Amino acid sequence: MERYYQKEIECASRDQIRAWQDERLVRQVRHVWDNVPYYRAKMEATHVAPDDIRSRDDLYKLPFLSKADLREAYPFGLLAEPLEKCVRIHSTSGTTGKRVVAFYTKEDIDLWDDCCARALAAAGAGPEDVCQVAYGYGLFTGGFGLNGGSQKLGCLTLPMSSGNTDRQLQFMEDLGSTILCCTPSYAAYLAESIHERGLQDKIHLKAGIFGAEAWSEQMRQDIQKSLGIKAYDIYGLTELSGPGVAYECSAQAGMHINEDHFIAEIIDPDTGEVLPEGTQGELVFTSITKQAFPLLRYRTRDICILRHENCPCGRTHIKMCKPMGRSDDMLIVKGVNVFPSQIETVLLEQGYTSNYQIVVDRVNNSDTLDVLVEMTPEHFSDSLAEITQREKSLVAALKAMLGIFAQVHLVSPKSIARSEGKAIRVIDKRKI
Amino acid sequence: MAIHQISVFLENRAGQLAEITALLAGNGIDLRAINIAETSDYGVLRLIASHEPEACRVLRENGFIFSSGEVVAVGVPDEPGGLNRLLQILAEKQIDVQYMYSIFGQPNGMAYMILRVAAPAEASALLRANDMHLAGAAELGIVSSDQERQE
Ligand SMILES: [Zn+2]
Repeated sequence: MERYYQKEIECASRDQIRAWQDERLVRQVRHVWDNVPYYRAKMEATHVAPDDIRSRDDLYKLPFLSKADLREAYPFGLLAEPLEKCVRIHSTSGTTGKRVVAFYTKEDIDLWDDCCARALAAAGAGPEDVCQVAYGYGLFTGGFGLNGGSQKLGCLTLPMSSGNTDRQLQFMEDLGSTILCCTPSYAAYLAESIHERGLQDKIHLKAGIFGAEAWSEQMRQDIQKSLGIKAYDIYGLTELSGPGVAYECSAQAGMHINEDHFIAEIIDPDTGEVLPEGTQGELVFTSITKQAFPLLRYRTRDICILRHENCPCGRTHIKMCKPMGRSDDMLIVKGVNVFPSQIETVLLEQGYTSNYQIVVDRVNNSDTLDVLVEMTPEHFSDSLAEITQREKSLVAALKAMLGIFAQVHLVSPKSIARSEGKAIRVIDKRKI
Repeated sequence: MAIHQISVFLENRAGQLAEITALLAGNGIDLRAINIAETSDYGVLRLIASHEPEACRVLRENGFIFSSGEVVAVGVPDEPGGLNRLLQILAEKQIDVQYMYSIFGQPNGMAYMILRVAAPAEASALLRANDMHLAGAAELGIVSSDQERQE
């Protein structure tokens, strides 16, 4: 039987959700206008005032926020409440430039915990469960987010944090953990360790919530089979709160967005134009309940599709698909969107390394897509026929993933061009 | 002693073969036999080295993808029908030859066929029973590791 944490919200009528969004958006825009000079200046520059926003139909009038804005406004520029009302920060591990710091009031944390509790309930968790949180605790939102949700739901919460596999397995066995929360790669690693040590019969997991990393459907199947559990995806961004912005239900087909807290839009990443439902584009979120760090029209750079559908779980909130890639990495080849991450997924699934290079070119007015793939000792054979066979199955898998043909070139491990030690992933010769 | 052949992955790039031969020569390793199988996109270089373990070490240290496997080396008299007889013996016992190549111009005037078969020991025994001349390592100029230690 489907479980809920706040059924009246999770299964509210579309009219009700719409009413919440209209009312909360209007209030939020006013709150930001009054308290965040940085965003107010943006609104003024685009000649929008709070009175112009009367319902979510007016959302498109508001200017976007991007990661660059968050860096520029670091650390307090987007803060909308006095510091004495704030009780915590979290921060993203940016690879370049300044970090992004997000602030939380007590109420912000309370609502975030609700979102995570909904995700856990949707994964079948309840007060009788033992929830092992093996996400990192600290500036990263994973540990604290699921910890809060687990406590709200009444689970016995094991704040393990990440790493220390021996201790993870010891507690998992001794305390009879039934729910596991961690990154999908760590779940796969734990599964492997459980099998190596022959602990399968001593582990009582029934479900896992795995997020903070891109993972494929194949990986889900592998983890489910290996651990004998149901594996659920969860989505979130530190900028918006953390995990729990959207979560999977028992249908395991798309993640319900918590629309009473976030309004989602899909836009054309190049023009910023709002795209109709069911169209692939960049995901944009507006947080309509956050007090301390309310972001209006925040561009996630995740490429995704939104769909309203009658979900068998009974929830009415809109669903987002697993993000297909990042808008800044997206390539358009023969009119089809291609993401390096899709190619990487296929390569890893077939046992190749993630050291690859994509070359896009235009020959006789037609786009070409070539992928340089490192030969590995496992894929090498003394027989050309065998190598060719393996190459063909890789080409077929890429075609299935991308929808277009990609020419594979097998190369020696050291031959992919590097720049400052990092492999150059994409060469688009059409732009040269 | 069994003869080991090293198969090296070759990508479709000018100069890669020369890179390998220079690398081996620079380490005092001679090539006793060489054969290349290729498609338009990549190839496999098959070689028999004078010092097999040493060649493997050098290739590994330089990041090449390769494998090493046993092959059968048969001396074939340089006269009409010599090769045919060899193939007939194998065909009668339904031993599938995955590929073969030859070495000519040996000092003893012999031509050798290098055969890749699924079960080299079995094929060797069959050929020996049919009075075929199987070449040993020394005959092909391969230095065994035992010899090296004595030197
Ligand atoms: Zn659902």
